[in-house]
Amino acid sequence: MAQARDLGRRYIKAFLKGFFVAVPVTVTFLDRVACVARVEGASMQPSLNPGGGQVSDVVLLNHWSIRNYEVQRGDIVSLVSPRNPEQKIIKRVIALEGDIIKTIGYKKQYVKVPHGHMWVEGDHHGHSFDSNFFGPVSLGLLHARATHILWPPRRWQKLQPVLPPERKPLLTEQE
Amino acid sequence: MFQDVLGKTFRLLGYTIQYGCIAHCAFEYVGGIVVCSGPSMQPTIQNYDIVVLDNLSRHFYSIQKGDIVIAKSPSDPKSNICKRVIGLEGDKVCTSSPSNFLKSHSYVPKGHVWLEGDNLRNSTDSRCYGPIPYGLIRGRICFK
Repeated sequence: MAQARDLGRRYIKAFLKGFFVAVPVTVTFLDRVACVARVEGASMQPSLNPGGGQVSDVVLLNHWSIRNYEVQRGDIVSLVSPRNPEQKIIKRVIALEGDIIKTIGYKKQYVKVPHGHMWVEGDHHGHSFDSNFFGPVSLGLLHARATHILWPPRRWQKLQPVLPPERKPLLTEQE
Repeated sequence: MFQDVLGKTFRLLGYTIQYGCIAHCAFEYVGGIVVCSGPSMQPTIQNYDIVVLDNLSRHFYSIQKGDIVIAKSPSDPKSNICKRVIGLEGDKVCTSSPSNFLKSHSYVPKGHVWLEGDNLRNSTDSRCYGPIPYGLIRGRICFK
């Protein structure tokens, strides 16, 4: 009986040790390196969720590549919604700080993106809650860059940073 | 001999990763200790004061009016600002600077907060760059 109790105690110790190693490492990995997310909504059609309500795309979100807040025009990124901090939204970066762009339906027709901000838009104009609604967003709200579509299998692809030619900035700041 | 050193190195690396991850989880989800610099919160917080940050209230959305918070700067995401919450979403705040005679008011939009430093004369805050999104807040200061 004493042997069984010893074995039980050793088992519990090993379990706790494993738990305290595995949980922080997994959480840190999902927070800092990469995670996976399902895309809801039609604001990025046809790039994401082209099928509508049927099957939602699942994308790979890469936190590591934006650890220095370096994004390019045309990247698809996920960010904390400026109107609802509990929600994350996924949009395409159209303009970076210093660019002057023509807006669609915003209160000002031409906007110069302030320092430390970016302009994001969904590909499905008119059905997208994006910068044309809430203006330029601070880079601090950047959450991750979407790099690949993982599900459904017939839509496996690497997401390329593509800027639609009609949305190119009118004037970019020379770096 | 070589295998011994290699084994020790891997063990050290393993421990470093493990403690690094625990430290990250603790700072991100519970809180930590931060050093503040700058004159914008005098006399409440002096330059180079050490304060204790509490991140739980950010995750549970229990930050209230009057709390001192640390947030990412809206114009430079790599630096932090330390200010007091003057208004939450829906509140009416006074947006004009103290030198203006005519005071103008506006409402804080949904999902944003209005921050002001205690040292109103020497503080760049929401009176300068407007309300900031709640998502930029990192934590609330609970002790000094």
